[in-house]
Amino acid sequence: MSTILVIVEQRAGKLNRVSWETIAAGQAIAAQNGWTIEAAVVGSNSGSGVAAIANEVAAKKVAKVYAIDSARLDPYTPDAFSFALREFLQKHPAKLVLLPHTYQVRDFVPKLATALQTTVISDAIGYKYEDGKLLFTRQMFQGKFVADVSFAGAGPCFVTFQNGSFRADKVEAGAAPAPVETVNVVVPDGVVRTHPQQVFQEAKQAVDLTQAEIIVSVGRGIKEQKNIELAQQLADALGGELGASRPVCDNGWLPMDRQIGSSGQTVAPKLYLALGISGAIQHIVGMKASRSIVAINKDSEAPIFEIADYAVVGNLFDILPPLIEEVKKAKGPNQ
Amino acid sequence: MKILVCLKQVPQKDAPLKLNAAGTWVREDVSYEVNEPDAFALEEALRQKEKHGGEVVVITAGPARAAQVLREALAKGADRAIHLEDDAFAGLDPYNTARAIASAIQDDKFDLIFTGLQSDDYGYAQTGVILAEILGWPHATIIMQIDTTPSGIRVKRELEAGFFQFVDMPLPAVLTIQSGINKLRYATLIGIKQAKLKPMRKVTMAEVQSALGANLQKIEKLYVPEKSKNTVFLEGPPAEVAKQLVAKLKNEVRVI
Repeated sequence: MSTILVIVEQRAGKLNRVSWETIAAGQAIAAQNGWTIEAAVVGSNSGSGVAAIANEVAAKKVAKVYAIDSARLDPYTPDAFSFALREFLQKHPAKLVLLPHTYQVRDFVPKLATALQTTVISDAIGYKYEDGKLLFTRQMFQGKFVADVSFAGAGPCFVTFQNGSFRADKVEAGAAPAPVETVNVVVPDGVVRTHPQQVFQEAKQAVDLTQAEIIVSVGRGIKEQKNIELAQQLADALGGELGASRPVCDNGWLPMDRQIGSSGQTVAPKLYLALGISGAIQHIVGMKASRSIVAINKDSEAPIFEIADYAVVGNLFDILPPLIEEVKKAKGPNQ
Repeated sequence: MKILVCLKQVPQKDAPLKLNAAGTWVREDVSYEVNEPDAFALEEALRQKEKHGGEVVVITAGPARAAQVLREALAKGADRAIHLEDDAFAGLDPYNTARAIASAIQDDKFDLIFTGLQSDDYGYAQTGVILAEILGWPHATIIMQIDTTPSGIRVKRELEAGFFQFVDMPLPAVLTIQSGINKLRYATLIGIKQAKLKPMRKVTMAEVQSALGANLQKIEKLYVPEKSKNTVFLEGPPAEVAKQLVAKLKNEVRVI
């Protein structure tokens, strides 16, 4: 019987919640093809409490959970993680290895897969069976297209899933806790070549966009820093906060703490108004859970329109002035 | 400091892309540009060279048209270029792309290799890390700062949600560079003139073929995503659109 191994992510001794989505993905695939689903957590028991995390995962419907343990796995380094998982996978062969597409996973999985002479289908958003063949879907060209991707070779095939592709609340609990096995790995001297320092935040986040009910967000289409003022006026009229896509913050037009997306904040306001944002994947993952999305963009093929509830194709500099006026009118004179 | 920068030519950001007849790839008749994070990787290499001296070499794999990104890099100050030139290079999976690059540079001795953190077309975010593994070098991803230390370099890794981490590492090493690490320069007229005299080495598929294996992943089909939402398009003159939108915000979204 073939095995699906889900590698959950721990950071500083805590399970990254996005791992539940990956388990949900594994359970869905296993339910369809009858393969066995197992899970693994990597770290050190003393430093990152992998046994406790393994027990948390063991409550779910999985056949077994491995706690892969070595003092050298804490703190995280790509060298140690790749080494330990290669050792593990050589002894516990899997057909599929599933992980969340996090920055940490991006950092070590291509190395691990290469060491095993196999491949990673990265940033997948789903899977399907077609003519008995297992295919993974992934976005291409910044979300403008989707590709069905097949894998070849002896495996294991690694697949990383984009945040939000599966629902964490769909994870099935097990009838009884799954067995947990601690696997002690010896990572020899010289394997780890990089020396990570403490994780830190640049500055205290001045703005907590996760609490905002209305966000007016600007992208590259705003063109110049002086045009930000127009978006600010709309945000003020609506009583919302200003957000931005990465290029706007890279240009220094708005501070980094306004950035929404995979490298910034993840938000889910009542209203997300995207001005001149094309909708690159890295931005979408940070705002797609918003209750209502309004997109204004001159490019009718911009991927942001795929997830918009209301769409305006046009020049935002034509639309913003009357829109600000209309919002002010609707809000009444007390505003 | 001798630095190799891997560049990729991708369709321009707002280029209207159309599928080819077979539905396996996009039509080639669009405008191209250098992949954005790669432009930042090049800029960082040029800045490191200005600080520490050395050489900046740029490399790309792709059809004849891809030479444009190399010419632009030479005009900005790169010293020489390597072009793995064949249409077939565009169809390699990330493992094979990295093997082709490793094979093409085997006679060079670099201290650092930079790639962008991912490409705007395939978006694999893998080639740099795979290249490090093939070469047996350490790596670090999504880098926002590079400083030299007595024993190598200290880099600033971007983590998610506004977190960062410094990592000390020895050389040689592979780094994948994040957009926004620096401010891009423009090519000067003199730079563009000088670029024409700088060496560009062509490498054919035949020269690296023996280093490659079968592709381990394959795009079976490429298509426009199915819409998961019923998007309401608001149309008309701007004043009219503004009125319609405010009505929606008031009556349906209920935020006014």
